[in-house]
Amino acid sequence: MRLEKRAQVSQAMLWGSPILAVLLTLVAGALLFVVMGYDPFASLRAFFVSPINSTYGLSELAVKASPLVLIATGLAVGFRAGVWNIGAEGQLTLGAIAGGGVALLFWGMEGPWILPLMCLAAIGGGMAWAAIPAFLRVRLGVSEILVSLMLAYVALLLLSALVYGPWKNPEAFNFPETRVFSDSALLPIILPGTRLHLGVAVTVVVVLLAWFFMTRTLFGYQVRVVGAAPAAARYAGFSRDRMVWISLLASGGLAGLAGLFEVAGPVGGQLLPTISPGYGFTAIIVAFLGRLNPLGILLAGLVVALSYLGGENAQIEVGLPQAVTGVFQGMLLFFLLATDVLVRYRVRFGAPRLAGA
Amino acid sequence: MDTPRLELDGITKRFPGVVANDGVSFKVAPGEIHALLGENGAGKSTLVKMIYGVLQPDAGRIRWEGKGVRVLSPHFARRLGIGMVFQHFSLFEALSVEENVALGLEGDIPRRELGERIREVSRDYGLPLDPKRHVHSLSVGERQRIEIVRCLLQNPRLLIMDEPTSVLTPQEVERLFLTLRQLAGEGCSILYISHKLHELKALCHAATVLRGGRVVGTCDPARETAASMANLMVGTDLAAPARPERRLARKPVLEVEGLSLRSDDPFGTHLADVRLEVRQGEVLGIAGVAGNGQAELLAVLAGERPVDANTIRLDGKPIGRMGTRERRRLGLCYIPEERNGHAAVPDLSLADNALLSAIDRKGLAPRGLLKGGAAKRYAEEVIRDFGVKANGTAALASSLSGGNLQKFVCGREILQAPRVLVAAQPTWGVDAGAAVTIHKALLRLAEEGVAVLVLSQDLDELLALTDRLVVINGGRLSRPLVTAEATTEEIGLLMGGLHDTTGAGGTAGRAADAA
Repeated sequence: MRLEKRAQVSQAMLWGSPILAVLLTLVAGALLFVVMGYDPFASLRAFFVSPINSTYGLSELAVKASPLVLIATGLAVGFRAGVWNIGAEGQLTLGAIAGGGVALLFWGMEGPWILPLMCLAAIGGGMAWAAIPAFLRVRLGVSEILVSLMLAYVALLLLSALVYGPWKNPEAFNFPETRVFSDSALLPIILPGTRLHLGVAVTVVVVLLAWFFMTRTLFGYQVRVVGAAPAAARYAGFSRDRMVWISLLASGGLAGLAGLFEVAGPVGGQLLPTISPGYGFTAIIVAFLGRLNPLGILLAGLVVALSYLGGENAQIEVGLPQAVTGVFQGMLLFFLLATDVLVRYRVRFGAPRLAGA
Repeated sequence: MDTPRLELDGITKRFPGVVANDGVSFKVAPGEIHALLGENGAGKSTLVKMIYGVLQPDAGRIRWEGKGVRVLSPHFARRLGIGMVFQHFSLFEALSVEENVALGLEGDIPRRELGERIREVSRDYGLPLDPKRHVHSLSVGERQRIEIVRCLLQNPRLLIMDEPTSVLTPQEVERLFLTLRQLAGEGCSILYISHKLHELKALCHAATVLRGGRVVGTCDPARETAASMANLMVGTDLAAPARPERRLARKPVLEVEGLSLRSDDPFGTHLADVRLEVRQGEVLGIAGVAGNGQAELLAVLAGERPVDANTIRLDGKPIGRMGTRERRRLGLCYIPEERNGHAAVPDLSLADNALLSAIDRKGLAPRGLLKGGAAKRYAEEVIRDFGVKANGTAALASSLSGGNLQKFVCGREILQAPRVLVAAQPTWGVDAGAAVTIHKALLRLAEEGVAVLVLSQDLDELLALTDRLVVINGGRLSRPLVTAEATTEEIGLLMGGLHDTTGAGGTAGRAADAA
């Protein structure tokens, strides 16, 4: 058995393969439930349907998907340009620290200017954290993969140090948490009775802008050329160093903003030692699942968010173990990669025919 | 007649979407120098790869000295007695000649005796080579000798040479031919691949002509004229571009003065005091053996490697510090040597590739917004005017054959109406039909008053195109020669390093490194 490259890659299949991967995940998941002794239909229902069969469920899906999509959109710019920022979790944390810091600085004050200022601080914080790998890469040729990843752990420790130390709420009986932000520093809810906050709307706007920039502007074209053929980019006069800076700052800024949206929204208006269930890392999967295309990322973010929600719901409703969430995410990635290979290659059986045979 | 050394019978090889060889049959007698003639893409390389065991045929038979064989691997081919010298050498620059030979050898020569054997073979066949020298210090011609010696050490009965002369000076070509004739005289068959017709006439006993993967004819090169073989190879009568009248001294457009540069590449060549001037309406050629500073000079001229502002002037304006995009705005367009990944992005469509260098001169992205329709129309114009065979402007650059992509790249630069066009190897690896299209376009550009600079290793191309000629060797340029008055010998000696300005410096290559 061997793989043979296809002469022509079908564009329809290129877009169809993520959908096929989701369907295959469902089938394999059902089989898995049967083997484990659960009712496959009830389990799949609990996993994929009941989490989103209400307005509240849908709003929760959007709340979960929002940070993933926001971060992945920024990362995708860099991934297209061949800049591998895998430390978005750290930039998210720095954004939360900087934005949250502004909220704490003006604690007790009210005013419509507080939230925009926090957003700017958060974007600045994320950018500053991403500027370190950008500087080291451009000036000294240090791999941005290592630097951004290691800085993610530094950021998490920095957050802990602040929350356990100087920023600890003096009235919280020594719990590791900061004061709760004032009302003006909280994200407005856009759908009453849910947790759907303004950040979700911002995410949608960012996705549309990113799509426009990547497909319709010279900037997006430069990103594609730099990533696909560095020598051709040099020939055209597109600066690779500039792309490294822009893509790291953009992804860092968006991750920082996502971090602020978490602490000023679902986390509840305060800084805690843990503010993200690894959104910054999962966003890497989301970026590739969405084929590095902002609109694809929007869909991919919803699918991955559903796997989080479904996993929790299936624990409660059917008593499935928590590990099933991970298994589902793993299967999804596996099937995506497998269908991808088959879109580009065909399987042939038997040895190649030989002369005189 | 004797049993043929090698006989092919109905060899067919298909790749996805293309039949590379279709029922190819021919015979090579012992001691015969047999030419395999054809344009690029005619299927020559695929065919010899099957003989050498790199690829397996889909159908057909190979007979070796009368017996049917399946050449399963190059290792197997070498055991049969087949040696091959590839167009691109596989040598380790940091190792010595002896070590390189040892790496590619099929075992039975003890390592201790290897140096002595290399000296013996290189003496017997007139291929001077010092086994202890490191490869990076050798010229391209000397590197080729390593590959040949490596084959000869295994006493081959068939030697395959894939376009061996494309990187050699005329003198080196003469020496190589002597060696090949001597080998043939001793009974070794040679399969000689080329599209240089005068070489075949001088060297080969028989020729098989391939076109589109099929055998379209066999001939005795000595009895044919170059034109008749070219017609057989291309299938149509090719009119060589008419040489326009001599264009005499006019005002310089591009001037280079006092350019010295240390190469970034540890095995690169430093440029030393390069002086150059390309005048309005002329074609200036730069000849030279690969690796003598061409890559460095091109990077500087195009703006990929900025230098002091005043060392390069365009219409009197210092541009040395400018990048490629700024220079292009001023009218300096550039056709790089490498199509894939340098002149074009393989994974992007032709419309997107039209954008690559035409953004500013064609106004395809005003205020940073792409004009997709305009880019598409420009790509269409290039495809139409240069006869590019492509499946529309949405076709990926990687889906085009080498010749068609080269026509596209050349067309994209030429239709931007440049002031100066720098073209590196504009017809390298391109079929004869495409080469004529490109040559005609370059000459027409010069007639319109554009200053054209062509850098090439193909001397015939330069002799056909240029008004003046300089030779690059060891990072230095010779004084300019008027092409019509220059002789091949004169140019060959300059390419080999005998500079009129520096006096006699017998050894070829990197003498300038020390400077």
